[in-house]
Parts: sequence; C-alpha cells; structure tokens
Amino acid sequence: MENSLLVTSSPHIRSKDTTSRIMLDVVIALLPAAVSGVWFFGARTIPVILVAVLAAVASEAIACKALGKELTIGDFSAVVTGMLLALNLPPTIPLWIAAVGSALAIVLVKQLFGGLGQNFMNPALTARVILLVSWPVQMTNWIIPDAVSSATPLAMIRGKEAVEGSLPSYLDLFLGKVGGSIGETSVLAILLGAAYLVYRRVITLEIPLTFIGTLALFTWIFGGNALFTGDYLYHMLSGGLMLSAFFMATDYTTSPITFKGRVIMGIGCGLLTGIIRLYTNYPEGVSFAILLMNILTPLIDRYTVPVSFGGEKKVA
Amino acid sequence: MPHYKNTAGCSTVKMGVPEKVVIPMVQHIGAPCEPVVKKGDNVKVGQVIGSSDKYVSSPIHSSVSGVVSDISPRLYPGGVSVMTVEIKTDGKQEIHESVTPPKYSSKKEFLEIIRQSGLVGLGGAGFPAHVKLSPPPDKPVDTLIINGAECEPFITSDYRHIIENSDSIIDGIKMLIDVLEVKHVWIGIEDNKPEAIKLLSGITDEDSTIDVVKLKSRYPQGAEKMLIYSITGRKVPPGKLPADVGVIVMNVNSVSFISQHMKTGMPLIKKIVTVDGSAVKNPSNVEVLIGTPLEDVFNFTGGFKSEPRKVLMGGPMMGIAQFSLQAPVLKHTNALLAFDEADAKVPPESPCIRCGKCVSACPMNLLPLSLNFNVLKGNMDELHNLHINDCIECGSCSYVCPSKRHLVQSIRLGKAQLRQAAAKGGK
Repeated sequence: MENSLLVTSSPHIRSKDTTSRIMLDVVIALLPAAVSGVWFFGARTIPVILVAVLAAVASEAIACKALGKELTIGDFSAVVTGMLLALNLPPTIPLWIAAVGSALAIVLVKQLFGGLGQNFMNPALTARVILLVSWPVQMTNWIIPDAVSSATPLAMIRGKEAVEGSLPSYLDLFLGKVGGSIGETSVLAILLGAAYLVYRRVITLEIPLTFIGTLALFTWIFGGNALFTGDYLYHMLSGGLMLSAFFMATDYTTSPITFKGRVIMGIGCGLLTGIIRLYTNYPEGVSFAILLMNILTPLIDRYTVPVSFGGEKKVA
Repeated sequence: MPHYKNTAGCSTVKMGVPEKVVIPMVQHIGAPCEPVVKKGDNVKVGQVIGSSDKYVSSPIHSSVSGVVSDISPRLYPGGVSVMTVEIKTDGKQEIHESVTPPKYSSKKEFLEIIRQSGLVGLGGAGFPAHVKLSPPPDKPVDTLIINGAECEPFITSDYRHIIENSDSIIDGIKMLIDVLEVKHVWIGIEDNKPEAIKLLSGITDEDSTIDVVKLKSRYPQGAEKMLIYSITGRKVPPGKLPADVGVIVMNVNSVSFISQHMKTGMPLIKKIVTVDGSAVKNPSNVEVLIGTPLEDVFNFTGGFKSEPRKVLMGGPMMGIAQFSLQAPVLKHTNALLAFDEADAKVPPESPCIRCGKCVSACPMNLLPLSLNFNVLKGNMDELHNLHINDCIECGSCSYVCPSKRHLVQSIRLGKAQLRQAAAKGGK
C-alpha cells in the first residue's frame, strides 16, 4: 500500500465544469435562435444548419488528423462554430457555400493557428466575412417571412431600398419577423438563449451590455437628422447586434479576460458598429467591429493587468 | 464549492498513546530546532526535546513518556529531509517536572511563556506565535481577529473546538486583550457554522470589545488577507503583514491553547484533527498526540473502507499529499484525508479556452491563465509584471478551471524558478 500513494500538488479537488459542458451549453443556448430561423424562413434553413455543423465537425476531424493532433471533436467546439456560422448566413444560401464557410472557420482560422483557445479571431465571424467578400450576391440574398425577397431592416432605414413607412414595427423586429440571417432576426429567441448562458454562468454580461449600450447611445446621438434624435431602439433590435453581442463578442478565446478589458471590448464594438452602420457603405457593421476588437484583445489584455489585492496603482 | 463538512456532528474522540511517536525538529516557519535529547534518554510528557536560539523558531516538546529510540534525518511530511526524534512510548504518560502553571507580570514575560509553550499558528501555516504577537513598535495594533472561518472543505476540527472549548477560547481572547492592549476583537466564523456563531455570540453578548462576525462561506474566506478585509475593510498590501494594517490574526485553537497553557503549563503536545475522505470508514474528529504516525490515527478511527490512493495532511485545497502513512501528525495539522482511486485521479489537462473563470476566482486579482502560460513558456521577466509573488496559492484557479489546467501548480513552479534565479545572482 505504501508505494501506491499518489503525491500531487494541491488543490486535490476540481469543480465539475468541463470545456465540453460549456460548449454544449452554448449549443443549447443557440437552439431557440435556430428554431426561430426555421419558423420564419421555413424548412430550407434546416439543411443549412445541418450542413454547416457537419462540415465544421468533419473539418475539425480532418485537420486534427492532418496536423497529427489529438482528435478534439468531442469538446463540441466545432459544433458551436458550425452553428454560429449557419445562424449568420442568409436563409437562401447555397449549401456548398455554407460548407466552405465551416471549413474555412475550422481549418484556416482555428486549427492552423493552434486549435481551441489559440485563434486570434472568432472563427465563425471571420468565415462569414470571407464569404461576404467572396460571394457578395449569395451572401446578401435576403427574404422576409411571407415574401419572396426583400431588404434587411438596416438597409431600409438607410433609405436605399425602400420608402419611409414600410419600416418593420418594433414588435416584428423583436419577434424576428423581418429579413436577415437565419438566427439573427429574433431578439426574443436570442435573449432566451442568452439568459440560459448567464444562468449557467457560461457568459458574463460586461461585453453584451456595454456593446449594446454604446451602440444605442451612438445611434441616438448621431443616427437622426439632428443630434439626439436617432432611432436607437430600431438599431438595437436590428441586424446581427443581439446574436453577435451575446454569442460572438463573448467568445472566450477572442475577448479580454478581465472585467475592465471586457468593458473596453464592448464599448469598442459598439462604437465601431455605430460608425460602420451610419457612415460607411455597409448597412451592418457588427462582424467587422467584433473582428477588429478581436485583433485588439491581446493588447487590451496587456494593458489591463489588474492591481493585486491590496496593491497600489503604479504611478505613470 | 461543496463544503463536505461531514464530520461537523462528530464530537472529538480522544485517541490513546501510540507505540511510538515521530517528532520532526521543524514544525514551524523559521529556524529548525536542534535535538536536546540523545538516543536512549528517558523523556516525559512536556519535556523539551528540541530547541533553537533563533528568535523565529519554536521549541518542540515530547508528547509522550518513553525512551528516545532514534534520532536521524527523515523525510518530513512537506517533502524535505529533517532531523527527527523517535520515541518508544511506555504508556505511563508521566508528566515532566517542568510542566507547572506559568506566571507573568509583563508583556515580555507573557511572550516568553508563549515562546516556551511551543505554540505556532495552528490554522495551518505554523508561524511561531510569540513572533506574531510581538509586532514592531512602529506598527501599532488595535485589532485582534480570531480566525474560526475554517473555509477548507471537509475540515471541522476548528468547529468542534469552538463547540467543545468555547470558554477557553474566550478566556484566551481576554488574556490577549490585556497583553496586546487591542481596542477590539472580532471572531470571524463562516455562516455554514451557525451553531458556533450562536454559541460564541451568546457568551460575548455582554462584552462590547468582542464581537462575532458571520462571514459568507466562500473559500478562501479564512485566508488571512481575505479575513482581515471581510471584517475590517483593511487591505494588507502585497508583501506586507497584518500588523502593517494594525491587525493580528490568531486561530481559535491558538487562543484556547493559550488559556489552557496558562492554567496547566502543558506545552503544545496534542491536536484535534478531522479524519475524513472517501477511503475512510468512519469520518471523525480525533484528539491526537503530536508525532503519532498517520497510520495509527486512521486505524484508531476504524481504518479504510477502500484502498487509499491519496492521503492529505490538511484540506483538499491546500493540503499536502503524503507519500507514506508513517508520516507524523504535526503541530499545525488540522485534518487527515484519505481518498480512493476515483477521487485521487488527476483529470487530464486540455487547452486553455480563456474563459476567465480563474480570473474571477482569484482572491488576489491575478491572471492565473497568463501566469500559467508564461511559466510554461519560460518567460520569467513577464512573471513579475503579472505579480506572481502575490499568489497565496489557495488553489481556487485550478479548482474552477474547466480545462483542468494545473494553474496554481505551475505558479508554484514559477515562484520556485524565480527564487532559484535570484539565488544564483540573477535579478
């Protein structure tokens, strides 16, 4: 018996949390948004979601094999990436584009940079942007429920494709009965999933709240014909904001690790989104805003090393 | 974090005299003691068997009567080799003539008595009590905090001590108030021990200098710096001591020992330890003579129900894993835990996903994931920027990590490497 005693450094107990359980929680939290996509845009969205998820998992398996790494599909992180990408694609997207997007996200953005925890940009968002610039037509072919094709609410408010008066109501925006990507239109469904993530302590609210709050403030001040007349509520409920704020900007790997860092990330995302939405040729800027802040994350982390308990701030 | 206070209802059982006791000459932070007995000497209970001239040290006494059967270096429960006195007991427990109730008329005399009693911080660190009670004159102390938080899972020995020895705890506190001239005394107890809070609040009701504070049960609440902050709102700066913010912290066991020692003169020779863990048949609280081999303590409680694969001295968060059941109970041992195969297993590490749970868990506001990364990469300079030496090694980061990374373990390694580099004349 003497020699059978195991000697290790403390602590000797560990919590029950695991990486795969966290990823599974994210998958569960994305289900309401996925269901809302199927509900509003029809059964055609089901194969898009399935293909994106399967392609992501298959890419992960092949990449692990090719790079001689341990097979990591059991941690569900590839499922999350595939699902997030699918929910950010138009309902009419050709299936092969969805598959290419998943492969890009997993192989190019994630595995080639070292796999889980090592990528410096959000895989699903990066893939979405690559698809957007590669196949701009297919990536902006919107439909709205009960109609053949249409513009998104953000394109409409810019007055380019529709006349005033045909803007969707706040209620339609909240429920998701508007044009947009599969999983981004229903604020209700997204908030349900987000509430689950907060309840499970998978995400904290620093980034989503500062992101949404900053954008609301920015569009209220600068979004109207005069200062302080912008329709901030419309901006908050439209586009990819809610899905991205709760599910993409909070991505662990590509967001800062401290409270202060996360607040900076959220404010930065909100400002950049507002600037892109109001002053550029793109109606939507959420993806670009988050990717830019992803790139800044290591820098933010570097400058937000907290003062130790009881320590004093260094005088510069 | 689950509390696993399975033994809270187990009254302390007194264990008898083992066949032999094994007493290392280091049971405290500070200079080691030299044995003052020889092989073959007869010794009695309470007799000094090891002492040192150094100020930061604490003498060591025999816990039994018998014959010194061996003096040789042995591996200490902490993993280093230490001169150790082994005594074959005769079972008579004759008390040494030096054991008489002490008398004091000044603070200096009081502190000398404390020093000779062999008292060290019984909460776990083992810092010599007479040193702790003598803050430098430029650091006036106005507050005494009695630590009854007992925040580590499984351990209930302090709790039992409060329930069973509340009077001597209060007596000890009153002695310290007189000697230290502190203005206020707080007794901090976590709210998962309502009976202890009720009991001590009842006794101290009339006394306006002593207050019982109900603390949130949240590990590491009992860590000195956290305890001081929770109770007084004062923050002990990195690298400083409680006295720097006018506070002295004593464990409940230590204060009750002081009052008992002043009555009987018996030095520190016994300890209450919690015996628990998944491999233990009958979890219990046992009063054990210092130097008793762990195996004897486990056997006294009824032995194991399954093969122990990991045996800890101390709690599961900061306790030290033992390589042998022949290791002895020390002055500051508060628990002996034995775990079966399933609990002993170390889960495999997976990549860090940067979830930041370790950052939220760290009571010192450090970034365990960044420290881990830089230790593994050998970026020694970066470790200072990340305040590695402020880590109190509570283990909270490793506990919460979903990727089961060995965070605090790597931080310990990093600290050791920095110490080594400094010793070699580096930075």
